[in-house]
Amino acid sequence: MLKLDEIQKRLLREVADLHEVPEGAYNIRSNSASAGRQSTANIEIVSKEDVSGLEIRIKPGTKNESVHIPVVMTQSGLKEVVYNDFFIGEGADVVIVAGCGIDNCGNQDSQHDGIHRFFVGKNAKVKYVEKHYGSGDGSGKRILNPGTEVYMEEGSYAEMEMVQIKGVDDTERTTTAELAAGAKLVVRERLMTHGDQRAISTYVVKLNGADASADVVSRSVARDRSFQKFDAKIVGNAACHGHTECDSIIMDEGRILAVPGLEANDVDAALVHEAAIGKIAGEQLIKLMTLGLTAAEAEEQIINGFLQ
Amino acid sequence: MLELRNISFQVDAEGKDKEIIRDVSLTIPDRKLVVVTGPNGGGKSTLAKLIAGIEKPTGGQILFNGQDITGFGITERAGLGIAYAFQQPVRFKGIRVLDLIRIAAGKTLSVSDACQYLSSVGLCARDYVDREVNASLSGGELKRIEIATVLARKAALSVFDEPEAGIDLWSFRNLIEVFQKLREDIHDSSILIISHQERILSIADEIIVLREGRVVNQGAREDVYPQLIKAETDVMCEGWAGSAEKGGDA
Repeated sequence: MLKLDEIQKRLLREVADLHEVPEGAYNIRSNSASAGRQSTANIEIVSKEDVSGLEIRIKPGTKNESVHIPVVMTQSGLKEVVYNDFFIGEGADVVIVAGCGIDNCGNQDSQHDGIHRFFVGKNAKVKYVEKHYGSGDGSGKRILNPGTEVYMEEGSYAEMEMVQIKGVDDTERTTTAELAAGAKLVVRERLMTHGDQRAISTYVVKLNGADASADVVSRSVARDRSFQKFDAKIVGNAACHGHTECDSIIMDEGRILAVPGLEANDVDAALVHEAAIGKIAGEQLIKLMTLGLTAAEAEEQIINGFLQ
Repeated sequence: MLELRNISFQVDAEGKDKEIIRDVSLTIPDRKLVVVTGPNGGGKSTLAKLIAGIEKPTGGQILFNGQDITGFGITERAGLGIAYAFQQPVRFKGIRVLDLIRIAAGKTLSVSDACQYLSSVGLCARDYVDREVNASLSGGELKRIEIATVLARKAALSVFDEPEAGIDLWSFRNLIEVFQKLREDIHDSSILIISHQERILSIADEIIVLREGRVVNQGAREDVYPQLIKAETDVMCEGWAGSAEKGGDA
């Protein structure tokens, strides 16, 4: 049975929308130990033997099932690297909810580096949701460095939603993907940094098979003195479609560096990148103010909408 | 009731003061639909912005229901019941039509209540309520949503800056109906429309003509409208006569 205190429960709500024990397969990791686990007939979760982490095996043809693997950390000074491998069987259609919440009230840094590898089988479909959240008023930093590798077989589909809105001091996110013929990858990243936070996000997506496609879109807001770098590269090695977009709002003394990259190694590769960085448009503020909002309320509405 | 007393508005244009509005005094009475018209560049849109608080006058006073609001900001004026529809509606990424109407109403409207405002501007509400107010909407659609947000405010004074701009002819007929309905439902409120359109002028209670930043004519529609038509005909005849003379010289 799960034994979680109130802070841990709050973190779980933030990162996985979990109020109770989830249905289906799950593993809840709390302060570097498993606080609860359940496999199902089609989804098996086992611990790795050589390193810290899990192997999640989803049987071919598994439909409409979900896996929750949230992580919560409330001890100051914890540092961990976790390796999780997901094997999504041929023709399966599943939702995977990951996420990490750190509450650091101490003066030592807390750090969780989750290295996730996805092996998406032929014609399988997966939706992956990952939320990061930090809280606590200690001077110790909350650090998250996620590494994601996605290997997609023919005709597979992966949708990845990565969200980091609050409280994470330092992030270096690296995502790589290799797509076989007909595979499709959709990435939606939403990021907000404030204070002196720093967030770096790097993507390398290789479209290796005919008709493979990728759509990588980041929306971000940098406030106060925070810094973000978005470095997205799509490599077209076949007749394929790739699109990458970075759309950002800067405020205060925030800084953003967008480095969109395209590499076409096949004459039929169609690759597009878009990047836009700017402050909130004055007329957007004015419109909402004519509807009765104050300037600060208008700003909040615009940012909330932008990061929806 | 809105009252403008000796309002002036100057901008700095290449080091020189340029007067956009010159000593304008006018009144928008309660329960009236007033249309401000006049040639392009005459200061009509600036006048609307001065009323909404988007621009600050360089001289004069603005009174709303007897209260001096000259120094009030946009939000304060909105709070007093002044609504303003943009000539060119603003787009927002991620904000839905429903969100915007709810903000305008200032309360959590039910989806069906929000839909009524969309229906009244001729949009099939179900298709629009969840859409983002972004570049995927056409100019005409945005314009109607803009008008719906003003309707949702149930304001004491609603200011529409060229509502017909960017709307196709087919939609325009519906638009006139919207304003007719708005006119019929006036109780303690008033409506100010900036417009060039005859059909809008024809439903006005009063017409104000603004040219080169000055009020050159104002009064009841029955009095001003025939003069406007005559003036327009005269200008056209002069134009014809002018070109005939030039033709004669050549």
